[in-house]
Amino acid sequence: MQLFLKAPRALLLIAIVAAVAAGLCADLMNPYYRGVVIDIGIAIILAVSLNLINGHTGQFSLGHAGFMSVGAYVSAMITLALRQSMGADQLAWLFLPTLVAGGLVAALAGLLVGVPSLRLRGDYLAIVTLGFGEIIRVIFQNVEAAGGASGLSGIPRMTGLAWTFILAAVAVYVVASLVNSTYGRGFIAVHDDEVAASAMGLNPTRYKVTAFVIGAFFAGIAGGLFAHHKTSITPQVFDFMKSFEVVVMVILGGMGRTAGVILAAVLLTLAPEFLRSVAEYRMIIYALLIIFLMIARPQGLFHFERRKRSSAA
Amino acid sequence: MGSSVSSKPSLPDSSARFRHHLPPNDLRRPLVNEISQQLVNGLALGAVYALIAIGYTMVYGVLRFINFAHGDVFMLGSFAGYYLAPRVAQWFPLPGWAGWTLVMVLSMVICAAIGILIELLAYRPLRDRPKLTVLITAIGVSLLIEYTCQHKAVFGASQKAFPDLLPAGVFKLGGLSFNTTQFVVLGVTVVLLAALTFIVKKTRIGMAMRAVSHNASAASLMGISNTFIISFTFGLGSALAGAGGILYGMTYTGIDPLMGVNVGLKAFVAAVLGGIGNLPGAALGGMVLGVVETFAGGMSGVSTYRDGIAFAILIIILIFKPTGLLGSKQIEKV
Repeated sequence: MQLFLKAPRALLLIAIVAAVAAGLCADLMNPYYRGVVIDIGIAIILAVSLNLINGHTGQFSLGHAGFMSVGAYVSAMITLALRQSMGADQLAWLFLPTLVAGGLVAALAGLLVGVPSLRLRGDYLAIVTLGFGEIIRVIFQNVEAAGGASGLSGIPRMTGLAWTFILAAVAVYVVASLVNSTYGRGFIAVHDDEVAASAMGLNPTRYKVTAFVIGAFFAGIAGGLFAHHKTSITPQVFDFMKSFEVVVMVILGGMGRTAGVILAAVLLTLAPEFLRSVAEYRMIIYALLIIFLMIARPQGLFHFERRKRSSAA
Repeated sequence: MGSSVSSKPSLPDSSARFRHHLPPNDLRRPLVNEISQQLVNGLALGAVYALIAIGYTMVYGVLRFINFAHGDVFMLGSFAGYYLAPRVAQWFPLPGWAGWTLVMVLSMVICAAIGILIELLAYRPLRDRPKLTVLITAIGVSLLIEYTCQHKAVFGASQKAFPDLLPAGVFKLGGLSFNTTQFVVLGVTVVLLAALTFIVKKTRIGMAMRAVSHNASAASLMGISNTFIISFTFGLGSALAGAGGILYGMTYTGIDPLMGVNVGLKAFVAAVLGGIGNLPGAALGGMVLGVVETFAGGMSGVSTYRDGIAFAILIIILIFKPTGLLGSKQIEKV
C-alpha cells in the first residue's frame, strides 16, 4: 500500500508496459497457461473492485456477479452486432470502447442498486444485492435479444493478455489512489463508523453510491473481458456462486487490503487448476475456509501488521 | 405415487421441468374455480414459507442476524423424511397416519439438533463479533451443508423423489377442493403456529425468549441464561424448518440438496415482508408471498419471471416500508 502512495503513476506505467510486453510474447505461451493467466487478470479486476465496496467502504455486497453479467452481456451484444458490418481489424480497435460501454451500463446498474441500498445496512444490504443479482439473471434468462437461457455464443475471442492486465492495472490504480486520496478517506470513514462520519460532515450516502458505481463499472469491464475470453456466456455462469467466489477473495485477502486481495485473487484462481483431482471438494474447502477464517482470523490470511481499525464491521 | 404427481402444483424452482401443471379437467373449469384453486395452491406454498420464515424471524429476534443456513436446515428436514420414511415403515409397522406423524416428529427432532449444533459450533464463538462476520460465517455454513450434501457419499446432487407418506384423496370444503397433501400442509401449519404461539406467549421459556429479544443484557441481569435461550430458539426454529421440509417434500415430491437456497431466500423475504422479528408477521408474509407467487406463476407473460418476484417484493418493501407489514419501528442508538 505504501508503494502506491509514493509513486502510483510510475507503478501504473510499469504495469502497463509489462502488460503490453507480456501481450507481445503471448503467442509463445501455451494457450492453456495463457487462458489461466487471463483468468487471473479478470479475477484481480473483480476482487479489487469488490474490495472497494466490501472492504474499503464496508458495504457488504453479494451481487458482484450481477454487475459482471451486465458488462458481459452488453459488450458481447455490441461486438456481435458490430461484427455484422466490419472485419476483425476494425473490431479490435473498437474493443476498448465496447468494454467501456459494458462497464458504463454496469455502473448504471450499480447506481440503481446503490440508491435504494442507502437505507439499508449490513445483512439487509447483503440480501438486497443478492436479490438484485438474481433478478438480473432472471431478466437475462427471459430476454430474447440476450439469447434467453442458452445465452450468447460465438463471441469473437478478443481478450488478450495485454488488454486484461492493462485494465487490471488501471483498476488497481484507480481504486488504490481513490481510497488514498483526501476524498477517498471518506470511504474508510464510512466503513469505520457511519454515524461519526456523517457527524464530521461527510455524506455517507454519496460515498456508498460512488463505491457501488465505481465497483460496478470495473465488474462490468471484467465481465466484458470474460465474455470475449470464454466466447460464450449463459445467465447461469453469473450466479450467486460467482459472486461468492469474489467475496472469498476479498475476505481471504483481508477486507480493504489491496495487495492481499490481489494475492488472494491469484491464489484462488490457480487453486482449482492445481486441485483438479479434488474438484468435488473445492466448494467444501472454500466453505470451511470461510468459517475458519471468520472465527480465527477475521482480518484475512495475508494481514500481518497490526491495524487500529477493525477489519470487518 | 406416480399418479398423484400430475395434480401437484408447480415447484418454486426455475427448472422448466416443473412448470405449472394442472390436471386436464381443471382447464375446463370456470375462472372462479381456477382462482380459488390457485389460492389453495398458493396457501399451501405459503404455509411452507411461513414455517421457515418463523425460524429466520426468531433467530433475528434474539441474535440480530440472518441465519443463512436456515434454508439448508429445511433441506435437511426433507432428506430426514426421505431416509426415515422407509425405515419407520420397516421397523414400526404403523398405520399411515401414525407412521407419518412419527416421521414428522423424528425429522423435527433431527433438525432441531442440527440447528443447535450449527449455533454451538459456528455462531457461538462469534457472539460478540461484528454482525457482518457472523453473516459471512452463516454463508459459509450454508455452502458447507449444501456442498457436503451434494457429494456422492452423502445425498448426491441428483433430485430424489419424496416418498408418498399418506394415501391420496380429495377433500371438499365450500367451493374449494384440497388434496390430502394440501389439507395436511395447511392443517399442520396451523397446529404448529398455534403451538409456537402458546410456547412464546404462555410459557416461562417463551417469556424468557421475548425478554432476550427485547433486551439481551437486561434479560441476563434478570437471571435468564442467554446462551440457553439462543440454543432453544435455534432448536425451535430448526424444528419448524424441518416440518416445512417434510411438507414441501409431500407437496412437490422432488427434493435435492440445493432446494434450500431458493426456498430459504424466499422465506427470508417473507420474514422481511411481515416485519422481521415479528412472529405473526412471518406467518402472514409467508402466506402473502406464496399466494402472490402462485398467481404470478399461473399468469402467462409473468410466469417466467416468477423467481424474480420475491426479490422485487423485497426491494420494494425495503425501500417503502422497511419495517414490514406488521413490524414496529426501531430506533438505532449510537
